[in-house]
Amino acid sequence: MTVALRIRQLRKQFVLHTQNGAVLDVLQGVDLDVKPGEIVALCGPSGAGKSSLLKAVYGTYRVDGGEIIIAHNGREIDLTAANPREIVDMRKRSIGYVSQFLRVIPRVSTLDIVSNGAIELGAGPEKARMDAVSLLERLRIPAALHELSPLTFSGGEQQRVNIARAMSSPKSLMLFDEPTASLDPQNRQTVLSMLRDLADQGTAVLGIFHDPADRAEIGAREVTMEQIREPEHA
Amino acid sequence: MSADLSKPLLKVDNINKQFGSTVACDDISFELWPGEILGIVGESGSGKTTLLRSIAGLIEPDSGSISYAGDGELVEVDKLPEPALRQLQRTEWAFVHQHPRDGLRMNVSAGANIGERLMANQWRHYANIRAEALKWLEAVEIDASRIDDLPRTFSGGMQQRLQIARNLVTRPKLVFMDEPTGGLDVSVQARLLDLVRGLVRDLGLSAIIVTHDLAVARLLSTRMMVMRKGEVIEQGLTDQILEDPQAPYSQLLVSSVLQV
Repeated sequence: MTVALRIRQLRKQFVLHTQNGAVLDVLQGVDLDVKPGEIVALCGPSGAGKSSLLKAVYGTYRVDGGEIIIAHNGREIDLTAANPREIVDMRKRSIGYVSQFLRVIPRVSTLDIVSNGAIELGAGPEKARMDAVSLLERLRIPAALHELSPLTFSGGEQQRVNIARAMSSPKSLMLFDEPTASLDPQNRQTVLSMLRDLADQGTAVLGIFHDPADRAEIGAREVTMEQIREPEHA
Repeated sequence: MSADLSKPLLKVDNINKQFGSTVACDDISFELWPGEILGIVGESGSGKTTLLRSIAGLIEPDSGSISYAGDGELVEVDKLPEPALRQLQRTEWAFVHQHPRDGLRMNVSAGANIGERLMANQWRHYANIRAEALKWLEAVEIDASRIDDLPRTFSGGMQQRLQIARNLVTRPKLVFMDEPTGGLDVSVQARLLDLVRGLVRDLGLSAIIVTHDLAVARLLSTRMMVMRKGEVIEQGLTDQILEDPQAPYSQLLVSSVLQV
């Protein structure tokens, strides 16, 4: 297959029962393809459904219609029809998601958090920890912090730990929700070059990047939510 | 560790349980797969503890069946003779009670609490049993010098960690936990969560955890079931339930959590 991700006629509606049954149409017939090695940037104003689309592709949002076809174990799987166990397996091997915020168990060290994904996929603990150290070094997390829990770190440090965690066991499709949002220019540069490397190695990347300079720098194909929505709603 | 991933570890079919006219479990069915941690959430009185105790063989459901696949095929555990069920509960299964005193023997030492389960698993040599007990005290962060002390001299958090050691020492395949962090200080809760998560990962066990604390469910469980008035009203992956709850009651439950 030539695409890593193929979305067709994707619909998602929120019915807010605790708020008088208010209905929000967040995705209205979305079509989108992402190829291996390609970086696609979702554009559009806040509230246009960019983050919702990422969460639907990761399987967090259960959609109301359409297909999300993902390459997994050499087959094409429709995530919208997959059961929870299948989604867990797809997340282990084929789909990664990096949110803006780090969510971890208190007291677990940064090094353990970053190396865990690789260990779960069968890497030896020593090798996984060495790889984690070099990722953290590349992202300028001081060695003195590696054995500490990241919960007390600054926002920018937490975001970099989150990115290091994702990079330690990259999947064939990676979803990034504003990966450079709270980074200083130097770290922003590092993260962007890591994304570019990732794509050059064949990973399909779908992300949200607010800064047009970021999108240009990594050679992202820009699509607006309006473009990929069903014409009658556009 | 070499769990068979091609079939469920546990299969629960049509469990019903009533107390008088109150329905505690209304026709509940689900499967648990090797390595899965299932969180059961819901308000007090929703039937979650009754469901857990019914599955674990601590109370008898009015109807329904529970099948468990240890090494071989799925076996209906509710049809097992009593001694075989007891043996299962002492070896491949473990039950962590909300109140440590329900799961510990308060009048014997910490070491004996751990050793007892080993002896039920044919451990014979005192020195080996004591060494294993020491290893587990360390694993749950209880000082080795406390091995001969009675659990009632321990704090609530230590008692809960001792209960976990007592249960996990035989490396069970399936652990039932009823509000394991209920009644503990927040800082003690965090340690316990970290400990449980590490043990789950290292031992490759499966677990069913009943909790009313959504933060506990988020950190520990892969999948969740939401119960209300004896019914499972919604189930899915943990992030699906917490970020995209669909049933009105699930939405209320999730939106009522105070943010810190």
